[in-house]
Amino acid sequence: MTFHKKKEIIESLEKGGIAAKKAENTQELLSQVGEKDGILEKLARMCRQNKLAAISALVILLIILASVFAPVIAPYGEAEQDVINRLQAPSLIHPFGTDELGRDVFSRILYGSRVSLVIGILPSVLALVIGIILGLLAGYLGGKTDVIIMRIADIMLSIPSLLLAMVIMYTLGSSTINLFLALSMINWASVARVVRSQTLSLKESEYVEAARSIGVSKWKIMMRHILPNCIPSLIVLFTLEVPSSILSESSLSFLGIGVQPPAASWGLMVNQAKQFLFTQPWLCLAPCISIMVVVLAFNFLGDGLRDVLDPYMKNG
Amino acid sequence: MKWSRSCLQERYKDANMKQIVKRILGTIPVLIGVILLIFIMLRVVPGDAVTTLLGEHVNQETIDRLTKSMNLDKPMMEQFFTYLGGLLRGDMGQSYKYNRSVTSMILEAFPYTVQLAVMAAVFAWVMGMILGVIAAIRQNHLLDHLFMGLALFGVSMPIFMTSLLLQYFLAFKWRVLPLTSDGSIASMILPAIALGWNSAGSVARITRSSLLEAMQADYIDTAKAKGLMGGKVIVFHALKNSMLPVITMMALQLSSMLSGAVITESIFAIPGIGRLATSAISNRDMPVLQGTVIFTTVIVIAGNLLADVLYSVLDPRIRKGA
Repeated sequence: MTFHKKKEIIESLEKGGIAAKKAENTQELLSQVGEKDGILEKLARMCRQNKLAAISALVILLIILASVFAPVIAPYGEAEQDVINRLQAPSLIHPFGTDELGRDVFSRILYGSRVSLVIGILPSVLALVIGIILGLLAGYLGGKTDVIIMRIADIMLSIPSLLLAMVIMYTLGSSTINLFLALSMINWASVARVVRSQTLSLKESEYVEAARSIGVSKWKIMMRHILPNCIPSLIVLFTLEVPSSILSESSLSFLGIGVQPPAASWGLMVNQAKQFLFTQPWLCLAPCISIMVVVLAFNFLGDGLRDVLDPYMKNG
Repeated sequence: MKWSRSCLQERYKDANMKQIVKRILGTIPVLIGVILLIFIMLRVVPGDAVTTLLGEHVNQETIDRLTKSMNLDKPMMEQFFTYLGGLLRGDMGQSYKYNRSVTSMILEAFPYTVQLAVMAAVFAWVMGMILGVIAAIRQNHLLDHLFMGLALFGVSMPIFMTSLLLQYFLAFKWRVLPLTSDGSIASMILPAIALGWNSAGSVARITRSSLLEAMQADYIDTAKAKGLMGGKVIVFHALKNSMLPVITMMALQLSSMLSGAVITESIFAIPGIGRLATSAISNRDMPVLQGTVIFTTVIVIAGNLLADVLYSVLDPRIRKGA
């Protein structure tokens, strides 16, 4: 799992905020970075320089397209059963074989990608929104607000994420929607920490002071002047949150407390296939490899993005 | 007054001790917060514990009696402080399902998880260090790319995938090691590899990068200039200084290790803490789930604390800062 890697990167993103503090004003900061490119230009540069990241972006795009057009691409339906041809080995008709009810595994992988991707991406977006708002408030307002928000974040971060998810799933009950809520609740804390540390340094900068002195409201300063400067770090964080959400989802579904049948999710497919591990190993392998490919692609993309977007970090 | 060397060192130590004490005291509110958070989270469950425990067809009198004996009729805050008081005495309540003390259940399961985690950590450490050192020595050569690719795969593989692959090949195909745990050391090897796999990947990456960094330092040039050979320079000088990030990372990984143990234990049928937590969910056994999560979190917090303290003790450069 990428948890530990994530931890390191979050720490360095926070340090990036501290480094930004040393730059007296934006101009100096820009000259320190040595570039004035927009995000799009940086992305283009990443694609030119880092082939692996470019390929990963392509793979992710393909998988997203495949999951959107699953009904068109999939040769069989999600729950279409053919019990006579159950547990078949991969063949031309069934590229990944069939499961215990004769359902085509390839089609189920395609449909399962919808659940896995949605659960990977949407909670990360929600966590990002919650984290941004709380991080901005904590960093900009300071004082008691800061202490309370960051204490809660510390508490959330100190509970092992899978166990925290298990507690939430116990309370809410196992379903896809609840899984979505649980994963959003887990991930906001690290976002809030990064946003807070960057807000702390940015709020001392001259242009924010200028905005304050001409009477711009607090909310507008946070949204218009501070948040845009956090975006590069947030993009990097997002590419880390997504694979870790996908892994958490598949772990929980694998344990039987995430997505519930008959819905198809990759983790749940492994859970159901593990009883046939020794007779029909391909049933386990197909969803496992799908998970790995997506996680790997997001990791490579995240690495590539970090190189171009986060000037304070060297690739370790 | 003349500043002697030992006097300075004394002052250094004092500042260091103060910081460590401050750090330890700082974890107490977090600890209480964790307990409160988990306590509340598990109690907003729809449908109260008593009906879960008794089933649906019981008379009101029984429900009232049990509610009273479980203190569920008291206000939430009072329940919390009763629980906190119990925790301080090592009492985590009774299991709904088994009617046993949760503390004794956890203490029974804990040694299995410790054994698993320690073996996984040893595997991760040895494997990661070896791969990392070789990759660093052969920087940008074939082996480096191969090992780092392998490490990245290790980091990206879901833990159940590693476990199932190991089960299939080592236990089923080649029959080298037992399939599931029977308490013997040999049967713990597969789960330990599965659990340590991810960490081995990141140990390798960190060892490589910190070793490469250390190799650029001036004292390495000095050592080389003095005529030390390549291998010796690495073992005696560079590796020593690159150990620090690895040590602290291992302590910080305790959290993901214990998370991972939940899955490994369920696959390899190890009766550890993780299995206790998963079975508590399926049995809707709230006190057991609460106990295991709080217990695990306390261990993680203690591990992080230890990492911090170790770091400041081991690295003289950051004793002052932070």
